[in-house]
Amino acid sequence: MKIAIVDPGSGNLASVLRALERVIAESGRQAQAVVTTDAAEVRDADRIVLPGQGAFAACRRGLDALPGMVDALQDAVIESGKPFLGICVGMQLMAERGLEHGTTPGLGWIRGEIAPMDPRGPDGAALPLPQMGWNGLELAQPSHPLLEGLRPGLHAYFVHSYALAGGDPAQLLASTTYGGPVAAIVGRDNMAGTQFHVEKSSLVGLRILANFLRWKPETAA
Amino acid sequence: MLALRVIPCLDVKDGRVVKGVNFLELRDAGDPVEQARIYDREGADEVTFLDIGASHEGRDTILDVVSRTAAQVFIPLTVGGGVRSVEDMRRLLLAGADKISINSSAVADPALVTRGAEAFGSQAIVVAVDARGDGKGGWEVFTHGGRRGTGIDAVQWCRQAEQRGAGEILLTSMDRDGTRAGFDLDLLRAVRAAVRLPLVASGGVGEAQHFVDGARAGATGLLAASVFHYGQMRIGEAKAALEAAGLPVRPLAEAV
Repeated sequence: MKIAIVDPGSGNLASVLRALERVIAESGRQAQAVVTTDAAEVRDADRIVLPGQGAFAACRRGLDALPGMVDALQDAVIESGKPFLGICVGMQLMAERGLEHGTTPGLGWIRGEIAPMDPRGPDGAALPLPQMGWNGLELAQPSHPLLEGLRPGLHAYFVHSYALAGGDPAQLLASTTYGGPVAAIVGRDNMAGTQFHVEKSSLVGLRILANFLRWKPETAA
Repeated sequence: MLALRVIPCLDVKDGRVVKGVNFLELRDAGDPVEQARIYDREGADEVTFLDIGASHEGRDTILDVVSRTAAQVFIPLTVGGGVRSVEDMRRLLLAGADKISINSSAVADPALVTRGAEAFGSQAIVVAVDARGDGKGGWEVFTHGGRRGTGIDAVQWCRQAEQRGAGEILLTSMDRDGTRAGFDLDLLRAVRAAVRLPLVASGGVGEAQHFVDGARAGATGLLAASVFHYGQMRIGEAKAALEAAGLPVRPLAEAV
């Protein structure tokens, strides 16, 4: 099995690669994870991971700057139904648009837009921003294969100031609470995205990555 | 609920832990990677490396330490000490650091904060501020490991760091550092009121109750070095105190 980690140019992908390598080693399966900027490698891969850090607009620009990459992602994920995992801004790019540093179109795979957060405590006081740290997961679709073995309340590591707004409840797999509900994992068919950093979420994150490697989407297009 | 972060800090010089306790489970107490693994297993929410050697020859040893740690410990890793340029940041991030902490170099060149945030995102840039009471109810920024006064107001500097694109403030009280008398709560409250960024308190922890006090003063992360190094307190004791006070924590060892 070949897993392509797409490098949109604005992030540090070493952590994602290391976490996947650990999960592959523990699974005992023959698999290889590679960081790539090459559209042909995405077409060639069996599974695709899109990490992302920094601003939505910069990540989208980075993706667009890779020749043929957006088309290759569309073909692999939408046409061929290959399992796909977006991480942090990579998850945000799955939405219709992002509002960070101007309005930028997303891949349009998930309903909603990525809007600035303004979390408030019960007394109306501003909560710190970005949300940075470990927050508990509420499982909206506990039977989803990506969430196998997870129980409600487990923590994942979040760092973000923008979040999904106007999403489709049917595409919400898990949420967290920071001033109000925040989309933590979204997905449909053969694709999923985590707002938190799976590669930095200790055993919880490694379990999600292991589930991703095993995932055989039933409703792939 | 977003959990309060308990963050052990390891002082590293030429690739070795400067002060460290010889836990029974450690094969090599001087190896920062081994120490980080123990802290991770004990439930640390992040680990911070402070490279206090920071000579040019020593730079590559910290890269190796970061790289080996990141291959084994899947929690956020912050690295500081001797970072002077975007290129320094890039090398540490590529080695596996998640956040880069800058201190003296940010004071000398505040635009470095912005350049780092533009290159890697605000989430990767921590501005570390060493503050000392000025005797007039305020606090002055000190640099170069607390040896050099700057005349800059610490609260104003934190605000500026936020405006320039920092993603987090690491606030150390020079007055409390090493005293075990607890965090400087007035300093924490003053910075909390001035910035919306996540705020990590540092300097002065001597007992578990100090973590509770720091959290109530507005810190979202609580950093300590020597109490953990010397084994006077385990990570779990800090978390138990926070939990007993009704504050949110990530439970130890969330096995799945």
